Amino acid sequence: MSGYRLREGGTVDRARPLRFDWDGLTLTGLAGDTLASALLANGVRVVGRSFKYHRPRGVMSAGPEEGGAIVTTGRHARRVPNEKATGIELFDGLKAEGQNAWPGVRFDIGEVNDLLSRFFAAGFYYKTFMGPGRGTWAWMQFEKLIRRAAGMGTASRDPDPDHYDIAHDFCDLLVVGAGPAGLAAARLAAEEGLDVMLVEQDFGLGGRLIGSAETVEGRAAPEWLGAACKSLERVRVLKRATAFGLYDGNVVGVYQRLTDHLANPDPQAPRGVLRIVRPRRVLLATGAIERPVAFGNNDRPGVMLAGAMETYVNRFGVAPGSRAVVATCHDGAYPAALALARAGVSTTLLDAREVPPQQLAAEAEAEGVRLMAGFVPIEARGRRGVRALQIGRLTGRGGEARSERELGCDCVGVSGGWSPAVHLVSHRGPKPAWSDELACFLPGATPAGVALAGAARGIWQTDAVIANARAAAAEAVEALTSRRPKAAAPAASGGWEAPIRPLWEVTVEGLKLKSFVDPQHDVTTADVRQAAREGYASVEHMKRYTTLGMATDQGKVGNVIGLALLADALGQSVPETGLTTFRPPFTPVPIGAFAGRARGHHWQPERRTPMHDAQADAGAAFIDAGLWKRAWWHPAHPGEDLNTAYVREARMVRETCGMVDVTTLGKIAVQGPDAAEFLDRIYVNGFARLPVMKCRYGVNLRDDGVVMDDGVTWRLAEDEFLVTCTTANAAKMMAWFENLLAFRWPALRVHVASATDQWAGVAVAGPRARAALGRALAAGDVSNEGLPFMGIIHARLRVADGEIPVMVARISFSGELAFEVYAPAGFGPAMWAALIEAVRAEGGGPYGMEALGALRIEKGHVTGAELDGRTTLGDCGLGRMASKTKPYIGKALSGRPEMARPDRPQVAHFMPVTEGETFSIGAIVCREGEVRGHGIGWITGVTAAPALGGGWLGIGFVAGGPAAWEGKTVVIADPIRGRETRVRVASPHQFDPKGERMHA
Amino acid sequence: MLRIPCPFCGPRDHAEFSYEGDASVTYPPLDAPEEAWFEAVFLRENPRGPAEELWHHLYGCRAHLIVERDTLTHEITGARFANPAIRAALSGGEA
Ligand SMILES: [Zn+2]
Repeated sequence: MSGYRLREGGTVDRARPLRFDWDGLTLTGLAGDTLASALLANGVRVVGRSFKYHRPRGVMSAGPEEGGAIVTTGRHARRVPNEKATGIELFDGLKAEGQNAWPGVRFDIGEVNDLLSRFFAAGFYYKTFMGPGRGTWAWMQFEKLIRRAAGMGTASRDPDPDHYDIAHDFCDLLVVGAGPAGLAAARLAAEEGLDVMLVEQDFGLGGRLIGSAETVEGRAAPEWLGAACKSLERVRVLKRATAFGLYDGNVVGVYQRLTDHLANPDPQAPRGVLRIVRPRRVLLATGAIERPVAFGNNDRPGVMLAGAMETYVNRFGVAPGSRAVVATCHDGAYPAALALARAGVSTTLLDAREVPPQQLAAEAEAEGVRLMAGFVPIEARGRRGVRALQIGRLTGRGGEARSERELGCDCVGVSGGWSPAVHLVSHRGPKPAWSDELACFLPGATPAGVALAGAARGIWQTDAVIANARAAAAEAVEALTSRRPKAAAPAASGGWEAPIRPLWEVTVEGLKLKSFVDPQHDVTTADVRQAAREGYASVEHMKRYTTLGMATDQGKVGNVIGLALLADALGQSVPETGLTTFRPPFTPVPIGAFAGRARGHHWQPERRTPMHDAQADAGAAFIDAGLWKRAWWHPAHPGEDLNTAYVREARMVRETCGMVDVTTLGKIAVQGPDAAEFLDRIYVNGFARLPVMKCRYGVNLRDDGVVMDDGVTWRLAEDEFLVTCTTANAAKMMAWFENLLAFRWPALRVHVASATDQWAGVAVAGPRARAALGRALAAGDVSNEGLPFMGIIHARLRVADGEIPVMVARISFSGELAFEVYAPAGFGPAMWAALIEAVRAEGGGPYGMEALGALRIEKGHVTGAELDGRTTLGDCGLGRMASKTKPYIGKALSGRPEMARPDRPQVAHFMPVTEGETFSIGAIVCREGEVRGHGIGWITGVTAAPALGGGWLGIGFVAGGPAAWEGKTVVIADPIRGRETRVRVASPHQFDPKGERMHA
Repeated sequence: MLRIPCPFCGPRDHAEFSYEGDASVTYPPLDAPEEAWFEAVFLRENPRGPAEELWHHLYGCRAHLIVERDTLTHEITGARFANPAIRAALSGGEA
């Protein structure tokens, strides 16, 4: 027989039946069930198939440590694989299915793998498929097949249809875990006036006290629990909230599930909240996780942790079977045997110890438990479920036993002891410390502000746990308020009546048993021993070789056994062997929760210039430039494509005039008596003697002599400059200026402020630019005398409802006669409207980024593509700008021999030898006949070049630069596209080399 | 998440800051020889334990702070303004 619902007991709501779909069957559970308890209540034994051997598996635990009942829930885009049935709260209409089996978990063709298991033992993949030659070939052949046969559930391939929130929380004390320790601590701290948050991964408060029959502080457990929960009014209690990581600064990551348990969630409601909690102190009342004992076929459906049986009976009113055997080696499993017996289950208790604890033994026998001292489980019988257990007696000090007899039973509860849940504190680094006395790892040193209480510290008796938790809460109160609460007596020790007899695995000489350590990854005790034999003596190597503890439960149950067995095989102690590192998350968290609302459009903010709408309304296409949207091209008619448009726009600028939105350029106001000195130290060229109302192109280096950025700086007054820098480096330059003023040169009397968003800017370029500006300005002389090259004037622009103040500077990026017009950002739309009318009247129009790029490539101006963090002034053809008389940042290190080598790649133009041929950005430049390796240069920009004959033009680098290659031929190789193009190298200053156009 | 006690804003997540390197470096004068700059830029200590670091409160008050952090435990034991004049002005005169 299998599990069934008891006629009474449990905290489930017997008046609220819930229907759910399990593997195509419609079953009924009760409100308050988990999927696991509901399946057990329905007599379902086989819930899943194992990873490698496809062995039938059932429910093995009652918590997040589950290694057997791994299922897939939901449908379509909401399909979630590898969920633990023990953690799924039942709701009406829940759909779940077993996984890793075809056609189904009850009959699975892959079960044949179990018979071939010797091929799948530890190291099978490494030995068969790794290494040169045949191994890799074999992997290529078999990978798909193996992945299908041995795998986990399949996730949906659709985008996650749910959304998530991120919350930021602050509190005095965060208590993790709402078992007896957490409840008692939260209550005390709140009553002492602390702001307390209590997070609990379960949907119920109380931990193992839920439904328990034990006596707690002299009262029945339900009564104590009721009072404890009622006293939490001032505590922020979060259920279904898992603290998954403890991070630096004692910041705690909590994932709270909001809708997973609802039959019809509000589609607007987030599925979950990622809470980033910044408590002043943390109290971990995370309890302990029971561990089994390894014996033959200890993975058969019906074999589970003893404490889980207790939970199913007490909390869910479900019996795991009608004839139970509980096998243990310590006092802690006696309550499970008692609970089973009281529920009418015929119960035999095997205690590995020859002398059982007197008081507990008497209690058990009084409830009708058949106690067998000195006995251990050897092998479970039955394939799809336990039908008997072979038992025997221990013969030595380890787990060696003599087989004696078979006990008929339909379920087996196992308990080899408890492991304190030290996961969170271990995330911070402290290694847990082994206790020989308690046969478990206890938390090691705790970081400041973090404490543990209760079973998480190896205290097992409930009353002692509560006292310990109150003391820990009192310590937190004292630390935060300097007031010591009266209630806090020092914690009593909380061991057991009789000491534990450590037992990891039961073996019988001459008998081959298949005993699992990590059921989810199908790792057996033999695998661990094999790893030791093959030299994997480090616990971290053993883990990776056997994959022990690498499944979705992360070895919560099996790790300790695995390392105890490794220690035994190596003839050393457990602490000598060590423990693998705990890392977040404690249990899986949906990736979407980390994204929160930052998805799609909300992934990052979008920056639009004040003139964005005017351009968008006129049909402009936009391109991303960092966070900015910049006009890419302006179709002359609907449907005009990029390649047609940019050539037209570039030609328009050369022939009449064009205008482009340059608002995104970084703008930094540099003010103060030492402003000129400050810029002199930063830029390679001088600014001290720049006259007021003049501007100058500048380049600055990093400390190591590499070019950092460039831009035009305007001197608006003796002590006031407006620095412009590239769009991409605006934020970086601002932070760099601030760094220099705060850290290196605090004595300089300079203030810097970002002005990027304060000004809207338009460049008007082309032979008719002056005429266009003349039309648009109400006041301001833009003649060559009134506004010479690199001059600045204040002017007034005529707009629809009056005039606006603007600054006009004569700056050229395109090589044409050009002006930059700046207005306060709020006047941006009016400025665009006024200028576009004037520009159109002169036969011009707007141009976008692609045409801007074409014009600058023709002119040979460098941009971020060339100033890529690897190039020097000389590489970029800017060597002549460097001042020989003043020092500046980067000057010292730019003199290193490597930085001044004459054969460094330097900027040049590249043009195809054969008319009509093209090449792409990112291609490499090679000597003819030497197309290999990294070549001798690379291409950073390409365009059709109407001003240079209409053919294809590239800008990029070639070793030795134009001086070495001008007029010669090289090959541009593009191995990705399989193209090679013969090109002629030229100076980057082919277009208007004397600058007559821009000086016109 | 490191929590940095900005003397202007109070304790804040390190995500609001950008790390700007070793605060124990003394940069030579701009006209110092190449060797002095080579040492300052490329030869750095890699301390295990207490260290002074420069952090920029980028998404806060934009102050540059010298933060005392233990590189082993990540514990932060203090933060002060990098600029001594700001330090003096905001702490009532003590630099
Ligand atoms: Zn701040």
